[in-house]
Amino acid sequence: MIRLTDQPFDPGAALNAFCSGRTEAGAVASFLGIARRGDGGGLELEAYPGFTQSEIEAFLRTARDRFTLQDAAVIHRIGRIAPGEAIVLVLTASAHRREAFEACDCIMDYLKSRAPLWKREHGPGGARWVEPTARDLDDAARWDQATENPA
Amino acid sequence: MVRVLLFGKLRDVAGWRERVCEPAPATLSALKALICQDDSDLADALAAPGVQAAVDRVLARGDAGLPEGCEVAFMPAMSGG
Repeated sequence: MIRLTDQPFDPGAALNAFCSGRTEAGAVASFLGIARRGDGGGLELEAYPGFTQSEIEAFLRTARDRFTLQDAAVIHRIGRIAPGEAIVLVLTASAHRREAFEACDCIMDYLKSRAPLWKREHGPGGARWVEPTARDLDDAARWDQATENPA
Repeated sequence: MVRVLLFGKLRDVAGWRERVCEPAPATLSALKALICQDDSDLADALAAPGVQAAVDRVLARGDAGLPEGCEVAFMPAMSGG
């Protein structure tokens, strides 16, 4: 499940809803990204309506298969985001913890540099589009190598 | 007719977000040439690493053909999270 929203969301409520009624999942892992104050007035995220959801949904399907997840969900803010507000919540459910942790990490790496989202930082000198860092690209590539050369 | 959308930094470089090209160029490369003919900054930005194109919301690999009435999106390097 992928939800894009231009409104603040409650990560605790989302986690509770995700866990509700699960009797087969031994593990739920979560990652919450929060907007840092940094230098200025927060962030702005742009999406390509329709396309962004379908691309992320397709990635979540591959992650579910790869990590034998029972479920995976992403809530991602778009539009203006104030410092301290949640930007992104990733939730994964599996029978055992390792798969849930790894899938959560993998999905987050994908979102940072491969999902159709564009991030702009608003600072005192104006707005600046954020490019993925070398670290972000390396992080995402870790999962490619793991696919090509299974240990 | 082709509807062209620009995202992220590309929109700021070009100074527009959406444009209709009539008649429709036959290919993605012809469309790029058309929208960049008076804009070398946009040409440079489209040639930057990580820029991708989608035709009717499907990522294009290489130089795709453009069906009449399609929507083409040019997208710079992605950065969510």
